[in-house]
Amino acid sequence: MSSFPARAAAATTVLLLAVPVAVPVLSAFAAWAAPAADVWSHQLQHVLPRAGWNTALLVLLVGVSAGALGTTLAWLVAAHDFPGRRFFGWALLAPLALPGYVMAVVFAGALDFSGPLQTAGRALLGDTWRLPPVRSIGGAALVLTLTLYPYVYMLARVAFESTGARALEAAQSLGLDRRAAFRRVLLPMARPAIAAGIGLVAMETLADFGVVAAFNVDTFTTSIYRAWFGMFSLAAALQMAALLALFALVAAGIERRLRGRRGFASQRSSGGMLQRLRLSPGQGLCAAAAASMVLAVAFVLPLAQLLAWAWQHAAVDLDRRYLGFVLRSVALAASGSIVVVIAAVALGYALRSDRRTWLQSLGRFASVGYALPGTVLAVGLFAPIAAMNGWMQDWLDVRWGDAAPQLALQGTLLTMLLAYLARFLAVGVGPVESGLARIHRNLDEVALSLGARGPARLARVHLPLLRGSLLAAAMLVFVDLMKELPITLMTRPFGFETLAVRVFEMAAEGEWARAALPSVFIVAAGLIPVWLLARRFTHVT
Amino acid sequence: MSLELHDVSKCFGPRPAVERLSFALASGEIGCLLGPSGCGKTTALRCVAGFEALDGGRIVLQGRIVSDRNVHVPPHARGVGLVFQEHALFPHLTALGNVEFGLGSLSRPERRARAVETLRLVGLDDCAEAYPAELSGGQQQRVAIARALAPRPAVLLLDEPFASLDATLRERLAGDLRTLLKSLGMTALVVTHDQQEAFALADQIGLMREGRLEQWATPYELYHRPVSRFVARFVGRASFLPAAPNGDGVLQTELGPLIEQGAGSGCGEANCEVLLRPDDVVHDDDAPQRGRIVDRVFRGANFLYTLELASGRRVLALVPSHHDHRIGESIGVRLDTEHVVTFAAGDAHV
Repeated sequence: MSSFPARAAAATTVLLLAVPVAVPVLSAFAAWAAPAADVWSHQLQHVLPRAGWNTALLVLLVGVSAGALGTTLAWLVAAHDFPGRRFFGWALLAPLALPGYVMAVVFAGALDFSGPLQTAGRALLGDTWRLPPVRSIGGAALVLTLTLYPYVYMLARVAFESTGARALEAAQSLGLDRRAAFRRVLLPMARPAIAAGIGLVAMETLADFGVVAAFNVDTFTTSIYRAWFGMFSLAAALQMAALLALFALVAAGIERRLRGRRGFASQRSSGGMLQRLRLSPGQGLCAAAAASMVLAVAFVLPLAQLLAWAWQHAAVDLDRRYLGFVLRSVALAASGSIVVVIAAVALGYALRSDRRTWLQSLGRFASVGYALPGTVLAVGLFAPIAAMNGWMQDWLDVRWGDAAPQLALQGTLLTMLLAYLARFLAVGVGPVESGLARIHRNLDEVALSLGARGPARLARVHLPLLRGSLLAAAMLVFVDLMKELPITLMTRPFGFETLAVRVFEMAAEGEWARAALPSVFIVAAGLIPVWLLARRFTHVT
Repeated sequence: MSLELHDVSKCFGPRPAVERLSFALASGEIGCLLGPSGCGKTTALRCVAGFEALDGGRIVLQGRIVSDRNVHVPPHARGVGLVFQEHALFPHLTALGNVEFGLGSLSRPERRARAVETLRLVGLDDCAEAYPAELSGGQQQRVAIARALAPRPAVLLLDEPFASLDATLRERLAGDLRTLLKSLGMTALVVTHDQQEAFALADQIGLMREGRLEQWATPYELYHRPVSRFVARFVGRASFLPAAPNGDGVLQTELGPLIEQGAGSGCGEANCEVLLRPDDVVHDDDAPQRGRIVDRVFRGANFLYTLELASGRRVLALVPSHHDHRIGESIGVRLDTEHVVTFAAGDAHV
């Protein structure tokens, strides 16, 4: 049993880290409890049904199509041998490096009436030829599917590969051919992984702001943004945020329920790797062509288009301001990831040293922020901080009168970092916790018996062993922050422009080609973790 | 014959995993492939199941060729039942669902009835609705057996069926399984590395070594008439003692004379070595030959002593447990051998 100060320290750490998640959720729900104070809340009655319908439809469309695409590709790569299988194995992860809003910019620009595709189409097929409008809910669903399917692909492929050969062989020995065995055994066994992947996709779709904003689709996130910046109604924004938070938490909870009592985790992989079916040359070519097409549409062509536009506009746009965008983005992402990693270590350490159940649950709650869309966190944190700012200002004014300093806590980096912390703590906690889990408890006790306790043990035993995990955590958070749009957009100090904000602003003005240059920087940063992921994958196979 | 293997060969790369393997099982017979890990026994089983194509030879299942150089009937069309070492139950299906899985050709009520009946056979009818994760290791194994038996396969194949279970459970379950298979008249082929399991289960045991069948015989024959030192060592404990034939069917050893039996003893006029099982060496205080105890293992009902003889050779002796001697003491021993098995001297590796 640890001492009282140690337990108090652990409890305090976890409590403090739960605050940035708890506050926005509570303040959003509190907005419903308070009577509708302003007229905008009544206008909400008109916005809500459409935003709700669009959001639900979008989640459904993206969930189904990303689920189908990801699972199909995973099965193709995990269970078949065809030309280029190793290459596609990791290359199909590449779209993760393209943030949705960047992809949206490319699609909007390339498929516009004056874009290259439509122009060429009209030249070939006559002036009346039209593409279905890309700036629609269908277009948004397409873009989100293409950027988010890798989540399903990744998890489903690991599931197929780790199921091992035995299950397939058992089904075959019971009279099923390979195809039937896939449908009746491997697919159901991989279902938790596929569901988890679709769960991630659904959460990302709910949270998406950039794509729907670029395509003018009214969803919860864009409505929150417009309620705030268009109508200047924090109350309306908060009420909508509460609804979105509810949606997101329900989505996060569904996957847990899906598992039931079947205990999939207890099934260890057996019988070695799945034996890959060698496809005939014809089938193999078809498989390679299909995989190439996905890769082309989801990554290669958009990237080529981005580079082409960036090249065209670099001469004009690439000036001193760009240095500022890049520096601000990097500085923001770096400080954010340092904060998150320190918090993740504190949380992981507190939960490791103190196993009380309530503390463990609270610890899990602290990382639930990943399920909360950035827009919710932004308005949810902004409101209480602004209120607090008001009280403190009043107090200062009373005390010093005109000489009192003017406070503006809400529009500072502090709010931003708190929101980042709430949203991305889970990203940092993952690697840190698995790193800590690999450090056997015996090691703790050995260190203790040799006189290293508390901070000394952390510094001399744990941190050196955790170095790899911490680096991974920092890198993942860094890249997420480089791409992050809604929190940065909504909580930034006035005039504070980053690469992501720049892309958004160019896109908002329909200047698709000029959004390419900042996008290229973001994609370049985004390729780092994809490369790391892919490397781990190739180690596995 | 239910199952016949003729000169079956299978290579992985340049290395032969199974080489010219031949044996046959009559209907209702339980065969067992026994051998150390890596001897090719599991590969042989997978060839029969159809998961590996042959490089040579042929496999005949109930008179039908299922594998040879040109024919390869896929696993799902062979009608063999398979029980895996790790059970490989489908975690997303209940026990009943697992057993029903292979009964696709039956109507729904028939399927249910057959699955319930088969679960009752293995004594698990009250666990029908449990998921595999909720069952103990022994129960999972019985579900796996029921699942393989339910479609009434021509042959049941079992790959180390008890390897993932407690040692205490194994022997009992092996006996239960034999009773069950015999009551169904099921032809079965078991693969194991554990001789106790093989003895408890099988009618015929094939001992494999480096891809080849060393000996195919009943458990009794295998223990008492091993054809090689390898078989003698793998099945039970063995020690070897030099023996000199005196020409009239008597072998002279350090522990006294032995009557040579038949022609198969392999000892010509040259010197040879005689196989001594621990129970062949009997403790007798009146015996003129003595051995010094260099090691002892208490096994409950008896002691297993390692004795060093005057010549420096060591033999094992199984002695009732009330003869409690210390290491270093000398005790009198004589031979009490019913089956005299000899091997040519010197070639210790054969």
